[in-house]
Amino acid sequence: MSSVLFDIPGPKARARHRLIMIVSAVLTLLALAWAISRFAAKGNLEAAKWTPFLTGDIWVNYLIPGLINTLKAAAISVVLAGAFGLLFGIGRLSDNAAIRWISTVIVEFFRSVPVLVMMVAAFGLFSFNRVFEASINPLAAVITGLTLYNGSVVAELLRSGVGGLPSGQSEAGLAIGLTRSQTLRSILLPQAITAMLPALVSQLVVILKDTALGAIITYPELLTTFSQIGSYKSNPVPALIVIALIFIAINYLLTSAAAKIEARLRDKGRATIAKGTIGPPNRVDLEPVEEALIAADESVLHERYRTPDK
Amino acid sequence: MGELFSQYNVLGAFGITIVLTVLSALGALVIGTVVAIMRVSPVGFLNKLGALYVNLVRNTPLTLIIVFCNIGFIVNLGMSVSDDFARNNLVWATIGLAFYHAAFVCEALRSGVNTVPAGQAEAARSIGLTFGQSLREVLLPQAFRGAITPLGNTLIALTKNTTVATAIGVAEVAGLMKTMQEDRPDLMVPIFLVVAIGFVILTLPIGLVTTHLSQKLAVKR
Amino acid sequence: MKFGRISVMAVAATAALGLAACGGGTSGGSGGGSGSVKVGIKFDQPGLGLKAGADYTGMDVDLAKYIAKELGYAGTEFVEAVSAQRETLISTDQVKYIVGTYSITDARKEKVSFAGPYFIAGQDLLVRADDTTITGVDSLAGKKLCSVKGSTSATNVQKKVPGVNLQEYNTYTLCVDALKAGNVDALTTDDTILAGYAAQEANKGKLKVVGKTFSTENYGVGLKKGDVEFCKKVTDAITKYISSGEWQKAVDKNLGPAGYKPGAGNPPTPAACS
Repeated sequence: MSSVLFDIPGPKARARHRLIMIVSAVLTLLALAWAISRFAAKGNLEAAKWTPFLTGDIWVNYLIPGLINTLKAAAISVVLAGAFGLLFGIGRLSDNAAIRWISTVIVEFFRSVPVLVMMVAAFGLFSFNRVFEASINPLAAVITGLTLYNGSVVAELLRSGVGGLPSGQSEAGLAIGLTRSQTLRSILLPQAITAMLPALVSQLVVILKDTALGAIITYPELLTTFSQIGSYKSNPVPALIVIALIFIAINYLLTSAAAKIEARLRDKGRATIAKGTIGPPNRVDLEPVEEALIAADESVLHERYRTPDK
Repeated sequence: MGELFSQYNVLGAFGITIVLTVLSALGALVIGTVVAIMRVSPVGFLNKLGALYVNLVRNTPLTLIIVFCNIGFIVNLGMSVSDDFARNNLVWATIGLAFYHAAFVCEALRSGVNTVPAGQAEAARSIGLTFGQSLREVLLPQAFRGAITPLGNTLIALTKNTTVATAIGVAEVAGLMKTMQEDRPDLMVPIFLVVAIGFVILTLPIGLVTTHLSQKLAVKR
Repeated sequence: MKFGRISVMAVAATAALGLAACGGGTSGGSGGGSGSVKVGIKFDQPGLGLKAGADYTGMDVDLAKYIAKELGYAGTEFVEAVSAQRETLISTDQVKYIVGTYSITDARKEKVSFAGPYFIAGQDLLVRADDTTITGVDSLAGKKLCSVKGSTSATNVQKKVPGVNLQEYNTYTLCVDALKAGNVDALTTDDTILAGYAAQEANKGKLKVVGKTFSTENYGVGLKKGDVEFCKKVTDAITKYISSGEWQKAVDKNLGPAGYKPGAGNPPTPAACS
């Protein structure tokens, strides 16, 4: 799309762009060099602080167990959030006003309370009422917080996914004699879920990142290992950087996967709702709902994505 | 419930939450706009730099970013703004929140730019506006209006994410909630309700206002 | 066909749910057995309680293992007990007892019970080796201080030096790093912990313990409030630990390399349980 915004640069513009590039590159490099020199001055580039990460010890005893806990919490939360979202998403589409209202209140409430607050509350509630076996309380609290928030997001996605379908779809269903719930189940939902797929995968990134909040309520996930490694090898800063890189790598893979799925669906001529940009791939948002809402709200955007020839 | 308010400075903690929200929202808007311009600019290098920034920041847990603001910028880079730790951490938490959400503001704006029909950009170019002029006069004003819903959602997310500042000892609501819970396990449910309703009160108007604005300001096409 | 896809998804979701439940069940089940006991220790305090690769080392770890053996448990399973979460860990049954530089205080006694003391330490200051301006708690005015959230050291120093400029982290290792980087001037906590950090390879010659304690910290074994019977058993184990000479051995082995000598009153006599 960039080509729409500016003319193909001529010789003068190219020279100017080159100048801008060189200046900004030099500035970036200077800032980086300064930062690195400061880190070096504080002794954080010493080989002794980084070599532990080349040994199996740190990986086997700290990073990998932490990562497994992180993935475990994320995986369980995804499944539960999917179920929660399906339940209340359908609830919000219900004919029954009472069900619709209750679902709306639940979804809106859990969308506006911070995940961390829900985790802390769930942890306290579970611990002092002995809801679960003591040792799984932290995990249960992490999952509860993630499920309630992300489940609400999924419910919203589902609602806007169904809302974004052409009205002809449900009209056709009703015309051939299906009941409303049959239409919803066998015509609208399958299409909405397919359309949601990229947004769902990108929601995984949100979940994975938010498991790091579990550190605050004693859940031994990846981020908590940094103080242990830091004390063991006197290298908290390198430990933090390595952990950040692990998070970034995994999330980047997920983000790319979401973009691939979206591209594939679009090739097949299906509408996807995690959109809003015609830009390059790899774009996934914190709140895929945002896009979903624009998609629903602004038919302009929508028409863009409907392949006209099919 | 009145007991909680008299015993703990609940309103003060929410005050800090609001200060964090407002300041980092402004910061995120400025930084996000700059990055968005970089990402649509004709200079390939700036384009890539912006993409790198968005991809790095968006894929890192916020807790990590906030902690890194303290030990990276304050301790290692020596960029203290105040000798008083409480103030220093508040400022750096604000900066961390601003930089984190700037990535989402950038994406929201890009999606806003995409709602502007190509004809607008072409028209701007054909009457001889430069890249900067066409962004300033034609595209960005429309993009902001088209991006109100995602921007509002980012603001809601930011309001909730200020709770993460507790990781470096900023005295906001989530930290207070934990203290209250440890002191008064008997008041578990009221404590949660006070905090949760507080956040609903903070975020609900944002949602309502943005929905209203996005309808009112939508560019009719 | 579309019907099919939805049912497949539903089945997958249910299956995963079932698996999740199973996973949770097994991990919880192992804690309930009489085989091994869950003990809370510090994972980040060299010389006292440190996770060193697959092993755990330190004076507290040795005592924790000894108590488990005396009480007839087959083994120990260590759980990290961060300062701010120790009471929660005990009151929510995540651990049976905690040996983690846990000072006996009246405030804590309201939430947990203690067996011991098994060691007497004192709050001290860790400063950069070339710093001569800080000689004790009286010279802290206008200095930048670091400590850990939820520790007695933080509360104590705030009482001794009102309005002190205090940075609180979740872990001492960040304090040590900030101290070496010059971002704080002193780290305050128990002299035992400070000695452990000062003796670490990366800190040798860079940091020193001031050596003027300004409090008395009686380390106890934290356990469930009101469980007098269990408390008595643990107290007996501690008494035997001290009288058999194991105590001295553990102190020499873990704190000796740091050049740390236990202060007056050590080894203490454990108090009776109430």
